[in-house]
Amino acid sequence: MQYIYFNVFELFFILLILLFIGGYLIAAMNYKKGAWPKSRSILWIVGMLCILVSVIGPIAELSHHLFVFHMIMHLLLGMLAPFFIALSRPITLLLTSLKTQHARRVTRILRSAPVGLLTHPITTMLLNIGGLWVLYTSTVFNLIHESTFLLNLVHIHLFFSGFLFTTSIIAIEPFPHKFSFLFRSSIMIIALAGHDILSKLLFSNPLDSFGFDDVQFGAILMYYGGDLVDLLLITVLCYFWYKSANSNKTRAFI
Amino acid sequence: MKNIPFLKGGVFMTNLENSTNYFHLNLWSGILFGLGLVAFFDEAVFHQLLHWHHFYDKSTTSLGLISDGLFHAFSWFATIGSLFMFANLRRKKSLYIKRWIGGVLLGAGLFQLYDGTVQHKWLKLHQIRYNVDILPYDLTWNITATIMTLIGFILIFKTRNRSGHFER
Repeated sequence: MQYIYFNVFELFFILLILLFIGGYLIAAMNYKKGAWPKSRSILWIVGMLCILVSVIGPIAELSHHLFVFHMIMHLLLGMLAPFFIALSRPITLLLTSLKTQHARRVTRILRSAPVGLLTHPITTMLLNIGGLWVLYTSTVFNLIHESTFLLNLVHIHLFFSGFLFTTSIIAIEPFPHKFSFLFRSSIMIIALAGHDILSKLLFSNPLDSFGFDDVQFGAILMYYGGDLVDLLLITVLCYFWYKSANSNKTRAFI
Repeated sequence: MKNIPFLKGGVFMTNLENSTNYFHLNLWSGILFGLGLVAFFDEAVFHQLLHWHHFYDKSTTSLGLISDGLFHAFSWFATIGSLFMFANLRRKKSLYIKRWIGGVLLGAGLFQLYDGTVQHKWLKLHQIRYNVDILPYDLTWNITATIMTLIGFILIFKTRNRSGHFER
């Protein structure tokens, strides 16, 4: 019975991802102000595929038994997928594709105080890195392997906190608040440090539910894998700064 | 108001002030790049190629772990950020390469000195190499760091005059 249940779930998830890809592409084709860049559509598709392979298929299957695959899944779902998806600017596309009155409503929501607080770089960093600390240094990790519901909840949190963090750092979506490059860079550095310290802690205090060597290898993967994705994120952040500092009249110091 | 170029960002900037800032940016870009370069060299050569350094040392204190994490994150950012600063200086025709190299040597030397004294010795994060007499390694490490710092200082002192910057 369980086998059939998972197949239905997988089928549902594939359809959902296809729906998201299709919806984005249709919105991109109907973009009114000139052509929506093809690179963004590709980024969206790659991001969606990252989610797909991390939720269903061999990686997801093995992640229940081997910590290394659990970590590969986390890198894909919590860091790489949000990175690609944030760069494809889905909120900008959504706002331009909606009818004016609906777009106004969405803008009003984006400008509201709770959303402002939720998308503040400090909040998103706490949600993202703080969530990981809670997951790996408390009993939550043992709990999620007993309940499918909690496991899914953690995965959803992982993706959305990663997405919010990435958007708040590179700041290309139309959120009302603007933070300076220096502030966003500082938050980025603290987040990266928190990630690195946690992976070394995990290396020295392996979890009970997985093998000792398995967790240590996973922790090393977390350290270097996280560094690699953050390298991409920092490069994009600095590139946007470089582009914005193009004018001859801008100040030398940020 | 914001469309008037001189008032951009609400701060009045003359061209002279701006060129002074760019002059100082040469030094900062160099220092940050030097710091990142040493950290990257440490990671690539001593951790990955030679396997002298360990990912984690049981004697590490939590303060050492935090210090290492913050420095790693900062140097990772500094490497990339300083290269974009370098590109920006070139684009604005404000690059003073001799001063920049002075900054690189100063940043590299100071960071290696910090790594060799505070992180290795005081916080006991990890040693340069294990199961050998550590003294010659420590001496080589810290003397190279001091030499780099000194050359960096000399270069920065020699390029302190901005006039050379524009006569190129």
